[in-house]
Amino acid sequence: MSDRPSYIREFMRGILRDNPIFCLILGLCPTLAVTTSLENGLGMGIAVIFVLTGSNLIISILRWQIPAIVRIPSFIVVIATFVTVVDMTMAAFLPPLHRALGIYIPLITVNCIVLGRAEAYASRNPPALSVVDGLGIGMGFTLALVLIGSIRELLGTGMISFMGSTLLQINIEPAMLMILPPGAFFIIGLLMGLSNLIRNRKGG
Amino acid sequence: MESLTAIVLSGIFINNFILVRFLGLCPFFGVSKETKSALGMSAAVIFVMVLSTVATWIVYTYVLTPLGITFLVTISFILIIATLVQFVEFVIRKYSPPLYRALGIYLPLITTNCAVFGSTLLNVKESYSFAQSIVFSCSSGIGFGMMLLIMSGIREKLELSDVPESMKGVPIAFIIAGILSIVFMKYFGRIAL
Repeated sequence: MSDRPSYIREFMRGILRDNPIFCLILGLCPTLAVTTSLENGLGMGIAVIFVLTGSNLIISILRWQIPAIVRIPSFIVVIATFVTVVDMTMAAFLPPLHRALGIYIPLITVNCIVLGRAEAYASRNPPALSVVDGLGIGMGFTLALVLIGSIRELLGTGMISFMGSTLLQINIEPAMLMILPPGAFFIIGLLMGLSNLIRNRKGG
Repeated sequence: MESLTAIVLSGIFINNFILVRFLGLCPFFGVSKETKSALGMSAAVIFVMVLSTVATWIVYTYVLTPLGITFLVTISFILIIATLVQFVEFVIRKYSPPLYRALGIYLPLITTNCAVFGSTLLNVKESYSFAQSIVFSCSSGIGFGMMLLIMSGIREKLELSDVPESMKGVPIAFIIAGILSIVFMKYFGRIAL
């Protein structure tokens, strides 16, 4: 970053060039486990955005106070605190979603994306930029989850429903396989291949 | 009350950590390029998993539950695991240099391994007894190691095969994992316990 970094560029970088799933291959466990439907994917994505933005902000504010030698444990404590907040909030206000996401909510703590951003970005950049970075990376993650969730739900059940209403319905024989674990591996493998293909074309 | 045999079968095959529960995928795709590192990684994971299960079970039963602060489960477990990994690293480095050379580089990675953290959380969620917890974490660690070995074997062969340019590396590994997952579900998914 030579000149003054623009906030919009930082935000878009998280969504496109540094998309955590397709480009950096980070945070895979929740990606595969919770993307059985659009709603679950979105719920997980929002939880990650909150944790990522919050922990980036706090770590960036504290970046001169945290001694380098204990930085990783300190980051983990900050992250785990935000995860606990999300976990309890979701259990109180969205019990069905909380049940569907299960242990994958506490597992956000060990999600490599969150710790990775804390280490690579928030610990060396000012708070405002770190928040934007958290939002951008979080959005990129959420978009990927929503995309994978929608494809799996569409192919697996023949329709996409959101908040009780049907968004899209196609006339196919539902392939149960898609909402079972193997479907997750296939869809993500193919999407990654596609994103590589597009990037290679662009790169010339 | 689940029998111990049921827990072993479920941990290794039916609810395989990688293929069914999706835990520990980062090392699964990260260190499955060659068999040797896959072996080291799985040994380290099984070792840390059992140790951290013992530690977290004791803390959960005798500290968190009596004090009524079970909502601190996430923070306390992750700290226990992180401390334990550091501790194990020191001990192994001091007393067994050959073992340290074999496992050393994998240990720091394990702190943020969702398989270890996930198994301690699942023990709490299923309210397993002490013996059940240990059997569960040991067998799911073995399930994890087994998949890592199978995958590394396949990927070593894959180096020689003609894969489309954009599917090389991780994408093709995902497709293979999908196929393995189908096999596992067909063979073991029907076993009712």
